[in-house]
Formats: sequence, structure tokens, C-alpha cells
Amino acid sequence: MFSPTSAMTVETQHPGDDAPANPPLVTIELHVNSAVWTLCVEPRMTLAEALRGPLQLTGTKIACNRGACSACTVWLDGVPICSCMMLATDVGTRSVTTIEGLASGEKLHPVQQAFIDHDALQCGFCAPGMIMSCAALLERSPQPSADDVRAAISGHYCRCGTYPHVIAATLDAAKMRRA
Amino acid sequence: MATNNSIRTETFPSGIASVGLDTVERQIPADEPPPLAPNGELSVIGKSFPRPNGRAKVTGAVRFTVDIKLPGMLHTRVLRSPWPHAVVRTIDTLAAANHPGVRAILTIADPAKPQTATLHYIGEPIAAVAADSIAAAEEALHLIRVEYQALPFVADIDKARDPAAPLVHDDTTAPAGHPSGFPAAAGLPLNGNVRGPAISRRGNVSRGFAEADAIVEAEYSTHVQTHCCLEPHAIVADWRPDGLTVYMSTQFTAGVRDEIAAAFGLPLNRVRVIVDAMGGGFGSKSQLGNYGRFAIELSRQAKAPVQLFLEREEEQMDAGNRPGTWQRLRIGAKHDGSLTAISLVSYGTAGVGLGAGVGNNAEALYSCPNFEGAQHDVFINAGPGCAMRGPGNTPGAFGLEQTIDELAEKLGTDPLRLRDRIDPCPVRREERRIGAERIGWHRRHAPGANSGPVKRGLGMAQSLWGANVQTNAACEVRIMRDGSVEVLSSVQDIGTGIATVLAQTVAEVLGLRPDEITVRIGDTEFPPGGPSYGSRTTASTTPPARTAAWRVQQQLLREAALMLNASVNELIAVEGKILVGSDRSRFLTFRDAAARLRTDRIAAVASRSDDYGGFRRRAGEDAALAQQDLGGVQFAEISVDTEIGIIRVERVVAVQDCGRPMNPRQIESQVQGGVLMGISYALLEERIIDQATGRMVNPNLEQYKLVGPRETPEIDVIVLENYQGRSATDAYGIAEPANIATAPAVANAVYNALGVRLRSLPMTPAAVLAAVGKVPQRS
Repeated sequence: MFSPTSAMTVETQHPGDDAPANPPLVTIELHVNSAVWTLCVEPRMTLAEALRGPLQLTGTKIACNRGACSACTVWLDGVPICSCMMLATDVGTRSVTTIEGLASGEKLHPVQQAFIDHDALQCGFCAPGMIMSCAALLERSPQPSADDVRAAISGHYCRCGTYPHVIAATLDAAKMRRA
Repeated sequence: MATNNSIRTETFPSGIASVGLDTVERQIPADEPPPLAPNGELSVIGKSFPRPNGRAKVTGAVRFTVDIKLPGMLHTRVLRSPWPHAVVRTIDTLAAANHPGVRAILTIADPAKPQTATLHYIGEPIAAVAADSIAAAEEALHLIRVEYQALPFVADIDKARDPAAPLVHDDTTAPAGHPSGFPAAAGLPLNGNVRGPAISRRGNVSRGFAEADAIVEAEYSTHVQTHCCLEPHAIVADWRPDGLTVYMSTQFTAGVRDEIAAAFGLPLNRVRVIVDAMGGGFGSKSQLGNYGRFAIELSRQAKAPVQLFLEREEEQMDAGNRPGTWQRLRIGAKHDGSLTAISLVSYGTAGVGLGAGVGNNAEALYSCPNFEGAQHDVFINAGPGCAMRGPGNTPGAFGLEQTIDELAEKLGTDPLRLRDRIDPCPVRREERRIGAERIGWHRRHAPGANSGPVKRGLGMAQSLWGANVQTNAACEVRIMRDGSVEVLSSVQDIGTGIATVLAQTVAEVLGLRPDEITVRIGDTEFPPGGPSYGSRTTASTTPPARTAAWRVQQQLLREAALMLNASVNELIAVEGKILVGSDRSRFLTFRDAAARLRTDRIAAVASRSDDYGGFRRRAGEDAALAQQDLGGVQFAEISVDTEIGIIRVERVVAVQDCGRPMNPRQIESQVQGGVLMGISYALLEERIIDQATGRMVNPNLEQYKLVGPRETPEIDVIVLENYQGRSATDAYGIAEPANIATAPAVANAVYNALGVRLRSLPMTPAAVLAAVGKVPQRS
């Protein structure tokens, strides 16, 4: 229990008057889903914010905004990363693949199809990130075990509790891909 | 089929399908469809069709509230209290208002309105700023000058019960409760920080305990859990002269519309609430919320659309939580196991809010002539709790189900045999039998029997949850002249898959495939749907969907009957055709029949009728409780490493019931989710408040621990088909009962492993090591 002996008066910080001016905008190119975008961004803008904001690729989700839940997972040169943990200005010429770029035209990636078939999503908010990690797993490990899938999604949170169906879906997608 | 003008008598399937079905006669409204056959005889209902929006969800195309961007939309940030208890002496928003990009400011804690000036928890809103960008809004927050007078506070439930503790509320600021009893009863006394007790009583417990041959008594405590929806609480409010449109991540579009209309003095027909996809709620998105009011008011002032999305830290501190509880249970029984008395005393805290009871398990799960319960809410200076998946009964079951196991041991009987003796529910009896066989209950050894450092255990527990029904729920079904069909309701899909079962329900009636039915939901422009809480969505929405589909089909069949030269009741609808039952060579396709319609479309709207045979009781104007509760029995197999204290749940068998199962795979998803949330509750999650500052120290998703894929055990889900002939679909809910039994099942398994009971949640490694005497007990 916190019982100050006398009432205290406190002010919030007041940085407005002498705060440094915001740094200038930076022009960058982003290679996303086989297209090249030219953007003018604040240096602090993360890749996740750039995707969801100016690029309007809102399939990538932000849930914790600090790399704890992996909802924002995209591929950077084929490797899954948390896009909330990378500044847009740091991407450079590396190619970004988002959930919108995973299917081949109308044909879903086998992991996407398996997620539908196995009901590996409920609310679906974690699904884009989860699918990107599972699809990346199949690229590097075409015949994964259930434990491999667990490891691949171990940074992902799903509050609806779809992990069992995600594991089943990914193993099934691996089979579909080999067939 | 006997009829009079308004009712007729029908014969329904009844009983548990795996045991053997019987029939029951019910009087039903004459304008409701005939009884639905058991699932085994149906073509669409009871089968695992995929979600209609599955493709949109796996491609990122589906639109959540946080994805909505309207032209000219402003962004909001909220200034929140840094103090657990303080008075705002002055607030100066002038500099913020002059900051570039700022379009509107709302002063929430206003010294000019003394009833708003006192802050009761860290994270309580003080002011909200709408600006052209989030950055501008954030910068403006720093320009708001506030003078606070800090007040003494208390952030611990035990200390708050001390009569000398600082007072969180007085009679004028304390929440009032509700006549329905949820989240807490109205009109209870407030003494210091303690409100209540809410008393429930039958028989005479003193006499009951005097008659007992054995008595067990123990205390249990549970921690505060937060909802952690992955999509934060989010709203986009668009106030225009001709009406207000709100996009909101909500569990109840129609309810939020009512709240908005009342709060802003708008007629219902000028308020529209829309949600396409929503990213989880678990109880925390049931109402408009303070943030919803802020966004609407800011939109009204700025004359522009305004979004307000909470950040994760705000989610953890000011978006609700499952209250923490303490309970003392005392149970007396005869040698033969029959219970003679149960007494329950509880104190729980929902922070500055109400609703920290431990539910009705102790009162209602087992047959016992004498019961007395006294439940109290204790206010502390922390963010308000709210409903969370099985509120009350989830912490309650953690205590009751361990106490029942303890009683079984004292009586020298098996926990299952004792429950067979005292649990009157035939559904749970069957669930115990099935689950015991599946988990291999015969392998269960004496408590603490393993000799090595890793101890193994088996345990089980039961859940009790009322079968809620929203009677204020309706659906419309339309048939277009081109043969396309749509079903409409304002009901929202929280993720449980109501869209799928609505498509199945309508398809079954019309003899179509579910993918031929367009489901249009989540919009108050459609007939009012029920809420996605209280495990009632399917029970409330599928019966009117079937009734509406049947009524509109009758119109179509009249056209078809003319064409086929048959009478309407000779016709059946299967596989996209309308056939003459006695001569299947005479048919029309559904599409050809629709083409005969006089107008572009025909439609029927139906509302949820009362359960056939009546409800057990009404629950307010818009809802009721069905006659039969929802059951559920879960078994857990665990191991405990007594060197490092880690409990590992290796397998869970969940045997559940929900009336008629509509979509087995979606139900399996729900049950897995309930079990995993229960494991997370049992072992990992805990809101930790620093007692020196009143601040939550883990308001995030890295120090607030959730169950992940590596902690996910094998989960066997078995769902009974339990027919009762109570509605046009006979379907009830599943989400909450799937969560209630998990933590006590794990706890009973831990006892079986260790021979020592853990009576406090979460069961962390530190708690295990203390229980086995490897480290001192935490004070």
C-alpha cells in the first residue's frame, strides 16, 4: 500500500517548446510482392506501418508492435521476420513478400488452402503471420515433423488457440505440395 | 401433427445419439418449421463445411476494424492517468489544441465537473486528442498540462479489505450492479472497499454439516487474467448530419447501437454499427466502452471520421480483465458420498469495477440440500474487470472441483464414482464415462506415487454453464429471381464461425450447398442478431435462420406446386431441386422455380421464439436460460519436473455437449481454444501489479505469458449429440464450457502427480517448488 504522508503535485513533462524538429522525410524504394514502390516516409516508420499505411497491404497485422507475437510476419528475401521490428528505411533492395503476395494469382498457396480446410483460424487476426511462417517452413523443410511446425510458429501467439489445427494444416500442406 | 390456430404438436428426436435416441413431443408455434432430423439423416447440418470467409482470411483480404481507412479520417490518442488514485486539479489543453494537425480535444477528467476529476487507476483516460496523424495526436498529448493531487491508494485485495485501507470508491462513485445479477447484483451494501455479500441460500447448512460423516474445507485463490485479443479494441466513428456510422470490433453490433443511441440522444434509425471481421473478444468487446464514446464525441466535434485503436499497453490496463478471486469452500458428505452441506465465502476484485464472484458451480453443479454462499466484490485501484470466457464459473470451478476431489479421497472413493453419486446430470455422466475410457483413467495411480524427479498425474474436472438464448434475435432469408439466396442478420462473427452455420442452416432447408448461400452479417441495417457472448450465438441465431428459410421456401413452393401440378406438402427440396416426393421424376431445379417469382426477390424474417416447452427462466428483457445447462467434462494428463518446477500438460481429453452440433470441426476449434486458454490460465498468465506504484509491470505480450505452440498438448475433443427438441435447430453454445473445467482438471492432475495440492493460480514453477518443499513458501 502506498500512502504518501502529504498530497503531492506533479506535472507532466512539457517538451513541446524546445523539442527538436522532426527529422526530414526520406525517399525509399520498397520491393513488395514483385512490385516496386517509391515512398516518402518518416525515418521512424516501420516496415509494418509502411505496408499497412501507404501501401494499403493491410493483411499484415500489428498486434503487439514489439516483436512478441509475430502477427506482423512477412518474408524478407524469403526469410520470415517481424515487420514491426524493422524500419522501412532499413529494407533496402531486399524483396518483401506479404500475405497478399503468397498466392499465385487465384491459386492459393497450399498452406493457405490447408488453413481453410483444417479450420486453422478462428478470428483470423494471427492467420496471415502464421501462414507466412508455415509457408516459409515448407520452403526450407518440405517434409517437416509436427515438432518442426511447432518450432516454426513458436514465436506466434493465437489467442483463439488454433495451434493444433495450424500444425495439422501445415503437415497436410506439405503433403499436398509433394503430391 | 396436430394443429390448432397458433400451435401444433410435433415429435422431436430426444437424447444422446451415442447412447440411443428416443422421441419427445413438443407443442410448437404453428408458423415454425417441422422437427429437424438427427444429424445422421441430414445432408448439410452437422458436417464440417469451411468458413465462407476463409479465403478472405488466409489472403489478408478480410477487413478488420483496424484496417479501415476512411477519407479524411482522424487518428486518436488518449492521455491516461500515471497515478493509481489522484484528483486532477487543473488541466490545460490550449497548447495541445494549437499543435499543428490537432482537430479536436476531449477533456474527460475535468476539474470543472468534480464527479469526473478523480482518477481511480493507472491508465484511466484523462483526455483524448484527434489529429491528422497518430504522430500529431501523440505529440499533442505531451502538450497537455495536468496538475494532479495524488491520493493514497490500494492495489492489493487483502490490504483493500482492511477497514483502514484507502477508499477506492464512495457511494457516489461505486458502480451500481444490475438487476439481472450480472456482472453483480444491485443494491448491495458497501463497507469500506468491500461490497456485498451477495447471499444465496437453500436448506440449513448448520444442520447439513452436523449430519456429515466427512467434511473438507479449503481456500483457493485465482489471479487476474487479461483477454489479450490480438486485434486491439478499435472503433472508427463517422458522425454526419444525417446519421452516425460506427465500424467497431465488437461482440454485439445491435447492443452497441442501443448504447450509442442512448448516450448521444440519437434515434436508433440514425445509428449504424458495422463489423466485418473481428480479431477476438473473449468478453472484453461486449460494450461500447469509454474509448467508443470518445471516438464518437471527437467525430461529432471534428466533423470528420475518427479512429481510435488501443495500443497493447492500453489493452492490458484499460480493456477489461478476468477478476482475481479468493474463496473458502466447506463441503460435508455422508459415507456413501451424498452431500449434506456446501458453504462458500468469496472475495474477488475486478479493480474499480464489479463482477468478481466465483459463479454458481458450488451452488448448482451437485445435488446438495443445504447450501449457503456469500460472495463479495472488493475494490482496488486497478483497471476494471469485465466478463471473460466463463466469467465467475472459471475461477469458481478451480476451487470446487479440487474440493470435490479432496472429498473423494477423504471418503476413500474414486473422483469419478463420487461424481456419479452426486451429479444429477445424465449428459455429464456419459461424458465422464467416455472421457475416462479415452484418457485411460484406470492407469491413475495413488497421489505422489512416482519415485523419480518427474512425477506424472491424471486428473479431471467438470464444468457448468447456463445455456443462454437471446430472444431479441432475428434473421432474414431472401431468394432472388436468379436463384441466389442470402441470409441476413446483424449478428457478428467473433471467430467462432456463425457465418458458416447460418449458411448450413439455410442450405439444409432449401436443399442447396452452403457455398450457394451468401451470408451478410455484422451490420445493424440487417435484422437484429444476438451478441457473441454468453455462448449464445448459435442457440439464438440458427433457429430464426431456419424458420425464415422455411417460411420463404413455402412461398417458393407455392409457385413450384403450380408448375408441378402437385400440392405444396408433397414437395421436397434436395440437391438443388424441388421434387415431388412420391414421384422423383417430377421436379424443378431450385433456379427454375425461382425464375417463376413475380418479383425480383422474396423474403421472410423470423425472430427467435421461446424454447419449445419453455425456458427455465427469463434473464432480462432480451434473453433467457434454457431448461438444460451445458455440461462438459475434461481430463488432463500432466508431468511435473520437481527439480525445476515446470508442469507440462501432455494430453487433454475434452468431452463436451452443445445440443445439436452444427459444424464439428468449428466446434473442435472452439474446444481446443477453450482448453488452451484454460492451460494458459492455469500455468502461465498473471497480471502483476507493483504494489509500490500501482502500475501493471507486464502490460505487453512478452512479460505477460501466454500459452504457445510448444506448450500445446494433444487435445482430444469429443462432442455429444444431445437432442432435446427445444428449437428449430436444437443447437446451443460451446465456447465457455470448454474453458471452465481445464484449470481444475490440470490442478487435480498436479495433485495426483505430487500428492500436494496447489490451491493458488497460476501454478508457476516457483509455486511447484514451494509445494514440494524445495524453496520456501511465498508469503
